[in-house]
Amino acid sequence: MTPLEFLIEQSPALIVAVPLLGAFLTSLIGRVNEKARNIFALFIVCLTGVLIAILASDVLTSGPRLYVFGAQNLQVPMVRIIFEVDSMSIFMAIITIILALVALVYSWSFLKEYDGLDKFYTLALLLITSTLGMELTGDMFNFFVFLEISCITSCALIAFWITEGEALEAAFKYLVISSIGALFILFSIGLLYAQYNALNIATLASVLQFSFVDKIILVLLVVVLAMKAGVVPMHMWLPDSYGRAPPSVILVIMGATLASFYGILRVIFTLYGEVLTTTMRFNLPMHVLVGWLLIALAVVTIIVGVLMALIQSDFMRLIAYVAVAEIGYMLLAVGTGFAAWGTAYATTALHGGVLHILNDALDIGLLFLVAGAVYYVTKKRLLDDLGGLARTMKYTTVFLLIGLLAVAGMPPLNGFASKFLIYESVYQLNPILAIVAILCSILMLAIFVKVFYAAFLGPQRNITASTGLKEAPRSMLIAMGVFAAAAIFIGLFPNYVLDTLVKPAVSALLNHADYIGMVIGGV
Amino acid sequence: MFGLESGSGFWNPVLWGCIIFIAFLLLYGIRGFGRSTYKKGTEQESSFLSGNPESTPEEMQVKASNLYWGFTSSMKTLYNGLRSMHTGDVGDYVLWFIIILAILFVVIGVM
Repeated sequence: MTPLEFLIEQSPALIVAVPLLGAFLTSLIGRVNEKARNIFALFIVCLTGVLIAILASDVLTSGPRLYVFGAQNLQVPMVRIIFEVDSMSIFMAIITIILALVALVYSWSFLKEYDGLDKFYTLALLLITSTLGMELTGDMFNFFVFLEISCITSCALIAFWITEGEALEAAFKYLVISSIGALFILFSIGLLYAQYNALNIATLASVLQFSFVDKIILVLLVVVLAMKAGVVPMHMWLPDSYGRAPPSVILVIMGATLASFYGILRVIFTLYGEVLTTTMRFNLPMHVLVGWLLIALAVVTIIVGVLMALIQSDFMRLIAYVAVAEIGYMLLAVGTGFAAWGTAYATTALHGGVLHILNDALDIGLLFLVAGAVYYVTKKRLLDDLGGLARTMKYTTVFLLIGLLAVAGMPPLNGFASKFLIYESVYQLNPILAIVAILCSILMLAIFVKVFYAAFLGPQRNITASTGLKEAPRSMLIAMGVFAAAAIFIGLFPNYVLDTLVKPAVSALLNHADYIGMVIGGV
Repeated sequence: MFGLESGSGFWNPVLWGCIIFIAFLLLYGIRGFGRSTYKKGTEQESSFLSGNPESTPEEMQVKASNLYWGFTSSMKTLYNGLRSMHTGDVGDYVLWFIIILAILFVVIGVM
């Protein structure tokens, strides 16, 4: 076995182990030298990124990869922890590590004035660990453990600005919501284990009967993960948390939020994929019913997200509501893909939806970084207190324009590519849904025109002009530049990303038999 | 690499870029047929407000919270409903979670 083959074989475990180890070492290094701590944290994330890249190249060329923690020759495979990494898992891991890398670069300047950075880096690396764990694991209980770690670390990070009462309140709300969600997830896993004596996703999927209890488990898992992903009307924790946390923290939490969305995909496509496509309810195939339920939630999410964003005057909170609406677009695509299972446009919808996960991370991430840069320079959150920033923050203005056009789905940026696929496929299921989605996208553009006009154009407000405004520091500009460049690149070469990453990910979701067969036949 | 096929539609950002570039060229060409009467540094630069003294730029700019007043005012009923839904009370957040749970239980066939 060559060193590279050994590295590929061990990479699923290393991807989680490296940031986990780094999280605790960072705190120690921070006691010696703060700059060394920052460099070390960045190095750990880069190293994890390299491991993800190595594993991704293997998974995308050779298919899913298994990693077994525990005895190799155990006769009962379901009691061990198995990581199963397919194209969908690795796609999500790539998104998580991009968000993490940019967040740490941005933090260098943004957080340098604040205390408690040892704790920040430790918690951020732990959150990255848990998010990657949720994405790579093939075990339900292990998923719960990583979800719990992500809840606790997210809560602590949301309260970063602990002297602000609202940050503490947002963290408390997040803790309550997460604890309730985690409790229901644990209850569902307990029910699964009681019935099937198994915790492995593939093993469970192969024996699932879709009994009365299985239906309860399905609803509990989907609703809890939807709440964690920010689906309306269970979204209210999201603007509270995103509106009060530092932007670099938001990026890392966004990774965890998207991992919850990935959890929904895993549950309905992999765990319940087989039974939902073969059972009936109200004389309808179950997948059609579940698909339309997701579509209904998606439409409400898009409309409420956009309408609420329109009346926000707090810059961060406004973006948070747009982030809610963007989750709606992804859910709309997934719902369409599930409701129209087996048709060509269902696959197109899933292509659009999965590509939109990446685009959402880049575009919403970019807008949060811009909002953070504005806060860094002006110390103001309210749009009414801002004005004329384009004169002094030229680069930030360009990044805002790229972000707002991308998130509103304007060509030739990345948001258009995914929304184009979503609109086209949703239209074939029901034209009214596509019209609602397009109208909400237009409204989204109007929202950011408001931001651009109020904060960046016009006269400089007295309140800000007196402080002697400057452009954001270089590390923050680099972080924004990475997202902006990625948004342009995906917009210009959508097919490259689609063929390389998105189509294999969707194929892994649709062919759940391969995922199940890998464990059942492979261990 | 550039094109995107949706099964029923087609998108090519490079083609789109070329068309936009040609459209801008045409517009620039059409602009050349107009008369150039604008003179910098003259009273043409000041805004015309009939009968009223000119306000300062700070006073003239519409604030963000007032920008879409017409839209939000015409949809007052909807916004009142949305605002009352967003109470900020964590108990209500949990209540919405329970409501969605109950709806899905009914539709999926648990209840």
